[in-house]
Amino acid sequence: MADTHKAGAFDIRNIIGLLIGSYGLILLLMGIFADPETDKTGGVNANLWAGLALLVVGVVFIAWSRLRPIYVPEDVEEVRDDPTRPAPKKRRRAGH
Amino acid sequence: MSVVEAAQAVGTAVPGMVPAADTLIDAKPVDYLILVVYFGFVLGIGLLARRSVSDSVDFFLSGRSLPAWVTGLAFISANLGAVEIMGMSANGAQFGVPTVHYFWVGAIPAMLFLGVVMMPFYYGSKVRSVPEFMLRRFGTGAHLFNAISFAVAQLLIAGVNLFLLGTIVHALLGWPLWLALIVAAVIVLSYITLGGLSAAIYNEVLQFFVIVASLLPLTLIGLHRVGGWDGLKQQLAEVATSAPASAAVPPAEQQLNSWPGQALVGFESPFWAVVGIVFGLGFVQSFGYWTTNFVEVQRAMASESISAARKTPIIGAFPKMFVPFITILPGMIAAVLVTEIVQLKQGESPPGGASGDGVAYNDSLLYLMRDLLPNGLLGLAITGLLAAFMAGMAANISAFNTVSSYDLWERYIRRDRSDDYYLRIGRIATVAATFIAIFTALVASNFGNIMDYLQTLFGFFNAPLFATFILGMFWKRMTPTAGWAGLVSGTASAIIVAILAKDSLGSLSLGVIPIGGQGAAFVAASTAFVVDILVSVAVTMVTEPKPVSELKGLVYSETPKEDLVDPEEASFPWFRRTIPLAIIALVMTIALNLAF
Repeated sequence: MADTHKAGAFDIRNIIGLLIGSYGLILLLMGIFADPETDKTGGVNANLWAGLALLVVGVVFIAWSRLRPIYVPEDVEEVRDDPTRPAPKKRRRAGH
Repeated sequence: MSVVEAAQAVGTAVPGMVPAADTLIDAKPVDYLILVVYFGFVLGIGLLARRSVSDSVDFFLSGRSLPAWVTGLAFISANLGAVEIMGMSANGAQFGVPTVHYFWVGAIPAMLFLGVVMMPFYYGSKVRSVPEFMLRRFGTGAHLFNAISFAVAQLLIAGVNLFLLGTIVHALLGWPLWLALIVAAVIVLSYITLGGLSAAIYNEVLQFFVIVASLLPLTLIGLHRVGGWDGLKQQLAEVATSAPASAAVPPAEQQLNSWPGQALVGFESPFWAVVGIVFGLGFVQSFGYWTTNFVEVQRAMASESISAARKTPIIGAFPKMFVPFITILPGMIAAVLVTEIVQLKQGESPPGGASGDGVAYNDSLLYLMRDLLPNGLLGLAITGLLAAFMAGMAANISAFNTVSSYDLWERYIRRDRSDDYYLRIGRIATVAATFIAIFTALVASNFGNIMDYLQTLFGFFNAPLFATFILGMFWKRMTPTAGWAGLVSGTASAIIVAILAKDSLGSLSLGVIPIGGQGAAFVAASTAFVVDILVSVAVTMVTEPKPVSELKGLVYSETPKEDLVDPEEASFPWFRRTIPLAIIALVMTIALNLAF
């Protein structure tokens, strides 16, 4: 694997894990310290349980990317932008 | 409402510019924190991706070399916007279970067809957009018409997204709708110009998880509150029987069984309801949408091989199958739990609503969130909705930008200028489109159920396109003249049907044909499809076809077969091959249809 390296922070599983995990933490703290508003949820501490579930999902994604990292080749053709999506436009027709 | 009336409404609303005191949703700092975290992530990804070329290559490639579940989720998520979330929950509240046809008849079969039949052709022919195909297959006439109709469709659908975005701003802050629309438009514009979307696939996958993370608890809490599925059935039946006849609520057994689905299409006869759903929705609308929608198709094209491209829509079909349980079900729960929606269903017109001018079925989900979610989860739900509509509108605006500056301006108005010139035109088009979307959003706000409107639009734009596309692809004799003549007559016939129907176009519709709602949209789409085919065949008979040598890669029979298969596919285990996966998806869909 001389000409490859790990995707690391760019691995989407790390990004998903980080976002979902931090949401899990926020909801968990809300579930522990804030009013559970059980009149709305019908008696369940929804923030607490949703927070726990999200935390688990987040950890699973990060663990997955640690255990089976993705390797990216060093030399690749530049990927063309998707013309139907907003993005800073790359120069078209360079030789024009 | 016409543009003039809309402008007058805006004018008279100016004195009330002070934000209203009552808001539909009572958000706390923690909810805003969750929102800020999301946009921090999205903008952070955009900045990271732009920091250096090598990083951004990594970035896209790591997306590419990921397992196919990522492209599959992005494929679903690119479509999981306004239509799915608000439209399906509105439909669920109004009609109940028959809404599942939009998934199990109106999406999965077309997605499987796309993966099995169409994707190898797209991949092999190197066609990258529908206008491009039209230009190469049929020449200028079909290209010009298709580009204009595509640009108009993007503006109208951007209006739908903006309207929904505006309703959320209104629900959060209590501002009048016109002000909320302008604020939402400014937010979207800054979102596009900041370039925070340069990694669309990443954002779409993130968005998918946020939406599921908020809608799943909402559904579970809702089911808990109504006493499970049995409790929901019972309460739905009570609402249906206690409703006055004038409210025209579908009887409970029609709301709880997917077939024959008279309530959804608005036909009395069960036979014609089934025909409408299978032909109108299942074939014309849905095949038209999924096979010609290159915003979706390009998700799949980004993958590494034909085999991966084919599997993308098929893998996407699996999560898609279960999306109704977190969109339609909350709508149905709202129709028994939320006081305002129950009143609406009983034929009353309760004041309030996300738009501020009365409750509509579109508001079902927002009201349910208000009634069921504690602060925290509420913020997560708001974030998911805002992210979906914003990304949806940004995609519409950007697609409009591409078509208007390259397909229309460069080709037909000013040729051979510098790249900078067309970039400037593109920027002007973006700002103009955002501004126009404020007005198309006011048009969209006239539809109590946004799904009626969207299906009508799809009938105008997708159905004739699909007919011409599929005919031009499989029939090499079809002539350039037939290309544009078919498109024009197909679109015109759909518009005529919509005008003759009961309420497809609001006050513009005459009511000569006694059907309305989504049934009328299916009829308009089917008419457009049939008229397009007939006109194309008739015109082909009397005009000159293109020489066969110019059709390579554009017509199925003229495309080399080795361009259509992946040599490595046969060596994969069965669960990584296209056809076995498609068969499993099909069997599961049939099982779901039988179960409900």
